[in-house]
Amino acid sequence: MTPRGPGDPLVDDPAAATPPTRVRVTSTRRDAPLRRDVRPLTREIDEQSNLGEVYMSGLMSAQLRLAGLVLAFGAVGLGGLPLLFLLVPATRTLEIGRVPLPWLVLGVIVYPVALVVARYYVRQSERIEAEFSAAVGRR
Amino acid sequence: MNTAYGLVAIALVCTVTLAIGAFGLRLSRTTSDFYVAGRTVTPYRNASAIGGEYLSAASFLGIAGLVYTNGLDMLWFPVGYTVGYVVLLVLVAAPLRRSGAYTLPDFAEARLESTVVRRLCSVLVVAIGWLYLLPQLQGAGLALGAVTGAPSWLGGLVVALVVVANVAAGGMRSITLVQAVQYWVKLTAIAVPAFVLLALWLRDGLPAPPVAAQGTGWAEPLGGLAGQGHPVYATYSLLLALALGTMGLPHVLVRFYTNPDGRAARRTTLTVVALLGAFYLFPPLYGVLGRVYLPLLPAGVAPDTLVLRLPGVMTPGTGGELLSAVLAGGAFAAFLSTASGLTMSVAGVLDQDLLRRRLGRVTGDDFTVVQGFRLATGLAVLVPFVASLVVEPVGLATMVSLAFAVAASTFCPLLVLGSWWRGLSTVGAAAGLVVGGACAATAVAATVLAGPIPGWSGALLGQPAAWCIPLAFATAVVVSLATPGRVPRHTARTMVRLHTPEDLVLDRD
Repeated sequence: MTPRGPGDPLVDDPAAATPPTRVRVTSTRRDAPLRRDVRPLTREIDEQSNLGEVYMSGLMSAQLRLAGLVLAFGAVGLGGLPLLFLLVPATRTLEIGRVPLPWLVLGVIVYPVALVVARYYVRQSERIEAEFSAAVGRR
Repeated sequence: MNTAYGLVAIALVCTVTLAIGAFGLRLSRTTSDFYVAGRTVTPYRNASAIGGEYLSAASFLGIAGLVYTNGLDMLWFPVGYTVGYVVLLVLVAAPLRRSGAYTLPDFAEARLESTVVRRLCSVLVVAIGWLYLLPQLQGAGLALGAVTGAPSWLGGLVVALVVVANVAAGGMRSITLVQAVQYWVKLTAIAVPAFVLLALWLRDGLPAPPVAAQGTGWAEPLGGLAGQGHPVYATYSLLLALALGTMGLPHVLVRFYTNPDGRAARRTTLTVVALLGAFYLFPPLYGVLGRVYLPLLPAGVAPDTLVLRLPGVMTPGTGGELLSAVLAGGAFAAFLSTASGLTMSVAGVLDQDLLRRRLGRVTGDDFTVVQGFRLATGLAVLVPFVASLVVEPVGLATMVSLAFAVAASTFCPLLVLGSWWRGLSTVGAAAGLVVGGACAATAVAATVLAGPIPGWSGALLGQPAAWCIPLAFATAVVVSLATPGRVPRHTARTMVRLHTPEDLVLDRD
């Protein structure tokens, strides 16, 4: 199709010179999502709306699951020891390099393990909080 | 043992403690001074302070004596003391800090919006504090007796006086730096002699404990805790009491307030776990070396004094005497810091919740706040001191684990349910406290007053945690479910405060 312009017979023809139909030009509605930003999630939490409560219980259950995981590890690892000593009597006197196993475990090994577990917990719970802050503070 | 060195060491520790108290009085005069100072304390220094306050004479002297007497099973004590901080970290460290509570009654009131529950907590704090102070005073008497040959009441008296003078003079002041230094003093005082003694042991060719000791189950697990039957039950119950009781000790929560925010509270607790683990490597060594070099204690000598006697036996002469003096000084530092922390907490609660209004009524408000606090301090120490003279010692192990059992049966359900369960009602919390407290108190009274009881009833009463804690939890939950109308009105807002990170701008009041 050839471009139309002055000298073009079609344009010069008065019958064909009706102006093109008007088209309503609208914006891209950029303000629509912005209007939702006026209500940040922190306000949902402040107003205790359903959405705010969903976020709060999400945070709490994530933290509680992590706590449960750590406590379960401790309950099995530490709580299993007396049971082990009871059910497998050989472990009571088993020696590792002249030191009896129960002494080694309860006197030394428990402490670094406790520290590693505590460190894992601190990192994970800070990660959960950072994600919560990001999610709630972003919008 | 040469009395002079030990006396000098103990006198030095007492004098320095008093001097620091006097200095602290000048350094910060108001409560807010302390709070503001608290906000600038790093987790590392704060953790040292917690360690300094937490490691009592029971840890410093008691564990070695217990391991010496009863063997391997006693290692559960230091393990439990340390694991207690891991449980505290996982369940309540950050929420407790974020609650903004300074004491346990403060937390109860903030969370449950009830003065009745607050009052209950106050009574329990005082009871647990006294129960925990009692073995401390008896232990101090033993320590001074071992160093100087003084009668056992004198050590308790000296320490009671120093603590009262210090706390009453310093008032609400508490210098984190001082407590922090105390941790490192204690660690040095127990570690350096331990390395010397280990070197001596190495030189002697690492002799094992005599066979006589091995044959009695001393070196093996499940040999029976403190002579009670049913060792498996006793072991689990003790572990539960220590792991869940730490969070309910009166002097522990106070220290969390000095953290700037919940995140710092967690990091502080992490460091505490490291510091406690480092310290608890050493006391059992003394117990084991004691078995090697001192298989028989002279008649009438308490095993709790083993740590102080061992260097003299292994290296007679000036070297051994100096090591003993270092250990005696460390033990007294341990005693003073713990007793001061406990006394502060108990006196604070006595003053604020129980004495002040009554005093106001009697005197027509003709007294100052400081006078009230000093009266409370005197009372806080006087009661356990008198009790330490009257009550027959039932053994450090039993007393300390009973104090932990009471804390675990009462404050553990309150703190855990309060932090994590929106359904906790005021009535439910109060019922849990009453049932847990009554169970544990019955067990304590029976054990302390009636002496050793044989059989299952003795085991259940001697280690009540395993049945008291579940009962208290169950009561709190069931009663709460039955009284949904009594759930505090602002629970949702409180939960926001307890759990959201501080970097979010939220309505927290």
